[in-house]
Amino acid sequence: MALLIKGGRLICPKNKIDGIFDILIEKQKIISIQKEIKTEGVRSIDARGKIVSPGLVDIHTHLRIPGREDEETLYTGSLAAGKGGFTTVLCMPNTSPPIDNRMTVSGILDEARKIDLVNILVCGTITKRREGKEISDFGELKEAGCVAVSDDGEPVKDSSVMRRAIEYAKMPSLLVISHCEDKDLSSYGCIHEDKISTILGLRPIPEIAETIFVAREIELSRYLNSHIHLSHISLARSIELIRRAKEEKISISCDTCPHYFTLTNESTKTYDTNTKVNPPLRTEKDKEAIKRALKEGIIDCISTDHAPHTQAEKELEFEKAPFGVIGLETALSLGITELVEKGILGLSQLIEKMSLNPARLLGLKNKGSLSEGSDADIVIFDPNKEWIVKKEEILSKSKNSPFIGWKLRGVVEHTICRGKIVYKG
Amino acid sequence: MKEKAKILDKDAIGRSLMRISHEILEKNKFTKDLVIVGIRNRGAYLAQRLAKSIERISKKLPPVGILDITLYRDDLTQIGPQPVVHKTEIDFDISDKAVILVDDVLYTGRTVRCALDELIDFGRPKSIQLAVLVDRGHRELPIKADYVGKNIPTSKRENVEVRLQEVDGKDEVVILEKD
Amino acid sequence: MAVWRRKHLLGLEDLTKEEIELILNTAESFKEISVREVKKVPTLRGKTVVLLFFESSTRTRTSFELAAKRLSADTVSLSSTTSSVTKGESLLDTAKNIEAMNIDFIVIRHQASGAAYLLSKIVSPSVINAGDGFHEHPTQALLDLFTIREKKKKIEGLNVSIIGDISHSRVARSNIYGLKKLGANVCVCGPPTLIPKDIEKLGVKITYDIREAIIEADVLNVLRLQLERQKENLFSSLKEYIRLFGIDKEKLKEVKKEVLIMHPGPVNRGIELSTDVADGQYSVILDQVTNGIAVRMGILYLLSGVKEEI
Repeated sequence: MALLIKGGRLICPKNKIDGIFDILIEKQKIISIQKEIKTEGVRSIDARGKIVSPGLVDIHTHLRIPGREDEETLYTGSLAAGKGGFTTVLCMPNTSPPIDNRMTVSGILDEARKIDLVNILVCGTITKRREGKEISDFGELKEAGCVAVSDDGEPVKDSSVMRRAIEYAKMPSLLVISHCEDKDLSSYGCIHEDKISTILGLRPIPEIAETIFVAREIELSRYLNSHIHLSHISLARSIELIRRAKEEKISISCDTCPHYFTLTNESTKTYDTNTKVNPPLRTEKDKEAIKRALKEGIIDCISTDHAPHTQAEKELEFEKAPFGVIGLETALSLGITELVEKGILGLSQLIEKMSLNPARLLGLKNKGSLSEGSDADIVIFDPNKEWIVKKEEILSKSKNSPFIGWKLRGVVEHTICRGKIVYKG
Repeated sequence: MKEKAKILDKDAIGRSLMRISHEILEKNKFTKDLVIVGIRNRGAYLAQRLAKSIERISKKLPPVGILDITLYRDDLTQIGPQPVVHKTEIDFDISDKAVILVDDVLYTGRTVRCALDELIDFGRPKSIQLAVLVDRGHRELPIKADYVGKNIPTSKRENVEVRLQEVDGKDEVVILEKD
Repeated sequence: MAVWRRKHLLGLEDLTKEEIELILNTAESFKEISVREVKKVPTLRGKTVVLLFFESSTRTRTSFELAAKRLSADTVSLSSTTSSVTKGESLLDTAKNIEAMNIDFIVIRHQASGAAYLLSKIVSPSVINAGDGFHEHPTQALLDLFTIREKKKKIEGLNVSIIGDISHSRVARSNIYGLKKLGANVCVCGPPTLIPKDIEKLGVKITYDIREAIIEADVLNVLRLQLERQKENLFSSLKEYIRLFGIDKEKLKEVKKEVLIMHPGPVNRGIELSTDVADGQYSVILDQVTNGIAVRMGILYLLSGVKEEI
């Protein structure tokens, strides 16, 4: 069935479009983009005053499947994604058991097809059982449908294993995503090391736990002449290293998350476990550097690192509570509120970082842009409308957001995935 | 509150204390072990004065202690932020002594009740006798003073204020009335 | 004169100078009660104090228990070995259950920093922090301040050196806040591996040289060394720690003043303090223990007057 989106301000960074256009969708594809499309008897959405952009792509999502259906399911995760304007999410493999074989991958993809809401992509592990010892069967994973590999939550500690993994991943062409953390340095830590960790008496994570691995991945990438993607970058110093690498044309990309450009470790002072994330919230200086790096294009993508945890898990002593916050439903609004409204990014740049760039990195040719013939993954949102984040309105199965009670700007009105409306505000 | 009348002046207070001292010695003439304990705040100063005037008569200075009854109050749970507690200073044994308990004004009797309870925690005196400068009536507990400087009938709208040189810079007793 | 308006005592970081002084002054009035024939006043009659100890502690628990009892409160002691905490019950559940029994105070000792803070957010009784992780141990610092003030007649302008494992010490942190607020000069001294990052931003001087910490000091507050820190490579060996930081007669020859030697206890004799120093002329370790009861009585008294935090 055809669908016509009328009169919206269409923003497509890839095709450098920013203007009022109509879009006609049929059979899961965009078939026409015109100043004005006149058709009879077609269902239509009035998008006047709204932004129409490519559906958002999250390069870093935890949907907890298999193993932790109490935290999130593919269904609730898809609902949350839809509400946040995401049409594609890449789920991380630090599950129980980890996603390191074709059966697990196809299990997830089969279920995702049955749910049939947003596109669920799978990231396999770099090493079997995420143990950092033997590399996974990348060929098999690719065949089963994986688009990337990562041991997220754990770094690949052994540099020689990482070297071989990066080399081996060239063969099936999988994106290697690195979790930059020296676990020996961060051991048992739960908060950024500075005056605040000293005052709170919480075991600290020094910034070198991140930067040493950023530097190592850069060197591996340079030496092997292979691409590596660095996830959830949080520090001014990491950005400095990445900036230099990019200047040297080393093939490195990276993402950061809304909490790193919105919050600092000041908000941990209340021991609120919804401010416990890994990497930890950093300082004002780091936050400002993240914003600058987004503006200058040093940071390629904004990911959510959506990490659902149950209330019981989070209602613990700070050091015992797990790391992570949910983010699918607030990422776009935080981008608008913290970056667009504050003049850091234009809307088009924000969309580029949340849609085009991650789609490119994941090799999704028909996503991340609005062109005739591309997938009809579209988000329609009102960039000016304000809303208050309310716990009871969160669609994710878990409610661990540090932004509950915040007033944000930017409301998703329709999320369309493969031509089908999967969320309607 | 406005001042309504002056009841006692410096000389009258001096005479009252002298009379009470004589009465105390008269009543306790066979008692070797007389001790004086004043209730903070002004009772403590009156206790010092009584002890000195007893010394002038008997040539013997009885030991003087100070009670802070705050921790024995029955209204602590009702009054909000806790009142400031000061030290209780009784550096002598009161067991088998005749204790003269001294306060400035006897009113409901609740303060004296607190003081009696607290004194007992320091030992078992032979007797406790109560000396007050002013008894203004309106007792809420069955308590009676053994030595009274002056009985002043008052209404509950009024307040009796004892002012002493040591705290207030002058000696007088006045009645205040609510506006 | 300051008025006490807090329902909980979670740490000294937030307290004002006036509030700290009020506690110390109040404690002074309570000290005499413990030398009476009848060591009890009726002030907290009918109140219940639960001592919730997730970490073993003899002296702090006993001190709180005596403080509560001398104010006529009833006490119930729950330690991690006797309660269902070991059965996997969360702090939240334990606290909620205790609260349902209508109690007035929870005194909590917990290995996690922020535990007392967490508790104060979820239950209605007054919460007193008896030590949480490496965060704060306010009553210990208050009794230390009380003892210093009692012996030195003042705190302002004194040089206080805190010696040992600063990183893992809640006693050090609470002492730093209290001492700084009352105008003392604070120096922390220990191996660099046991000095936490940015502590100088709290207004303290750092030295790795014990002589420097001792020479001008009016007070030496010596911390207990947790021997297991050696396994984390935070110091090289016990022998070396004793040689560099253990306080003995020899090192005390450097002192220029009448110095007070304090220790939060229990002392590792022969490690951070030699026996002759622990029992010597400068030691006020037992005065600290005596004063602990008065300080805790004062705190219970002040907190009992506040039903709702303002």
